[in-house]
Amino acid sequence: MSIEIKNLSFSYGRHEVLHDISLSIPDATLVNVLGPNGVGKSTLFRCILGLNSRYEGSIFVNGKDMRQLSVKERAREISYIPQSHAPVYDYEVLDVVLMSTGTDLGMLRSPGPRHIERAYAALERIGVEHLAHRTYTQISGGEQQLVLIARALAQNARTIIMDEPTSALDYGNTVRVLSCVRQLAREGLSIVQSTHQPDQAFLYSDKTLVINDGRVFAYGDPKDVITKQLVSDIYGVDVEVNSLYGDKVRVCVPVNEIAR
Amino acid sequence: MENSTHCKGVEAAKDAKAPALAPSKASRRAGVIIVCLAVFLVATVCVSLMLGRYPIEPGQAIAMLVNQIPGISIDQFWTDQQATLFFNVRLPRIVLAIMVGCCLATAGAAFQGTFQNPLVSPDILGASQGAAFGAALAILAGSAAFGVSLSAFAFSIATVLLVLLVSSRAKGNRILVTVLAGTMISSLFSAGVSFTKLVADPTDDLPAITYWLMGSLTGAKMSNIMLASVPMAVGVIVLFALRWRINILTMGDDEAATMGVNAKRLRILVIVAATLATAASVAVSGMIGWVGLVIPHLCRMMVGSDYRKLIPTSMLLGASFLLIVDNIARLASTSEIPIGILTAFVGAPFFLYLITRKKKV
Repeated sequence: MSIEIKNLSFSYGRHEVLHDISLSIPDATLVNVLGPNGVGKSTLFRCILGLNSRYEGSIFVNGKDMRQLSVKERAREISYIPQSHAPVYDYEVLDVVLMSTGTDLGMLRSPGPRHIERAYAALERIGVEHLAHRTYTQISGGEQQLVLIARALAQNARTIIMDEPTSALDYGNTVRVLSCVRQLAREGLSIVQSTHQPDQAFLYSDKTLVINDGRVFAYGDPKDVITKQLVSDIYGVDVEVNSLYGDKVRVCVPVNEIAR
Repeated sequence: MENSTHCKGVEAAKDAKAPALAPSKASRRAGVIIVCLAVFLVATVCVSLMLGRYPIEPGQAIAMLVNQIPGISIDQFWTDQQATLFFNVRLPRIVLAIMVGCCLATAGAAFQGTFQNPLVSPDILGASQGAAFGAALAILAGSAAFGVSLSAFAFSIATVLLVLLVSSRAKGNRILVTVLAGTMISSLFSAGVSFTKLVADPTDDLPAITYWLMGSLTGAKMSNIMLASVPMAVGVIVLFALRWRINILTMGDDEAATMGVNAKRLRILVIVAATLATAASVAVSGMIGWVGLVIPHLCRMMVGSDYRKLIPTSMLLGASFLLIVDNIARLASTSEIPIGILTAFVGAPFFLYLITRKKKV
């Protein structure tokens, strides 16, 4: 199992955000997490990543209890792809990727040729090695996101978490980033990503997890999970779920607009 | 087609990658700049050794230095007076200028990374104001120069520890509360300094306090330097060793943590190291502003933001800069100009230029 969560609860002060969450994610699986804003998706991710540590219950990643691991040991099991954002200082793309390669280094050591090679190989695997010596702040948002994916790969962790990787991207970059993620999951990585587009789940996930009110609302094959009823329940929007290309893919269409 | 063009898969990664793995043009350029700066520093030291009101020939200066090496003795072709001046006044002062410049610039660069803010200077956490208060107290108590330095150093360290203690108890954004606590405690000590000035004997203690606050390297003695060099060296060496990790720290605490870096622990380590270097510098030289703010900026323009290059560049350029400014301070007029005033004269306009200039694309 890539991620195994048992009876996870988490509160900010008295406000309970996550309530008794249990689920398991197999190896080499792409999981899409859906849910309205503020239901605890990011909090769940923060717990899995070890950024929130005062949770009840247990979280195992690749069979290891995350609570027992140091910051460095955790980073060897799981990596994180944040939304692309502008850092304060300008770094070369290769240096940005290099940042994640230090999980086998002592506090006072700097990365050597071996690490640079690993960072470059990660850029190649994503297909953006031509950006290696560009300035990170001067490439496009989509390219930045791909570089951050490369950075997560260079960390050599088997499990990756992405928080809304495509929310700030245009359509073309969204598709490029998602298909890249899809491919990486086929190659054996487990990737958990949150999104606000139920449609994306049909093409770009093996399993869909729906969180509502800090609980697991539904979890399973996207075709079973994403239904007219569910979208209405969690987003309050009436949709028709239509099947295309012999049910290879489905789309959600808001009914209101069609009825007119 | 299953494989998108943007995700080549593992096979593609096996292609030849040697040419692209060579250091980039920018990276090689940074290397050349660092070497040039090192040469420039050595040249500046050589020139500075000969500069001064009392003439010492270049040959004499070199011969006197070589003569110090055990096992070598050169027939003396200089006067004893020249030797005394050279070893007791000029050389210590040059060494001190280099050390202080190097420490302040390195600490400034490190603080700017730790707080993800390029407008931060090494005294952001109250190191200078604490030192000033310590020095003023010692002057009031009638201590000699050595006691003043010691008191300044102790108060400087204590102030920063106090800031760290307060901020560790505060709620909210770590960086923000640390900087806020630093600013508040700084102003508290600054009020303390004003109070000591108010009660100081106006003929004697007050000028001493005022002069100390302006910053100067005139008090340089080998004994002081030896003592200050220990915390300075510890601080700078630790910062140098951590230079790559400071890059990661600039990405934010959460991101750093997911990449295996304990941001909180690293930040404390950087702050302690930078504070050691800053406190020792301020203790022996008084308040010398601007070096720690402007030099890292200038270095960033020269070699980029990567701390692996920025730290060594700041060390070298900071040392050269303060040495040059100190040469001006001791030679420009018949009476010595406090170096703190000069660095502000150079630093402030330069900084204004930096923030108003058009960003190059």
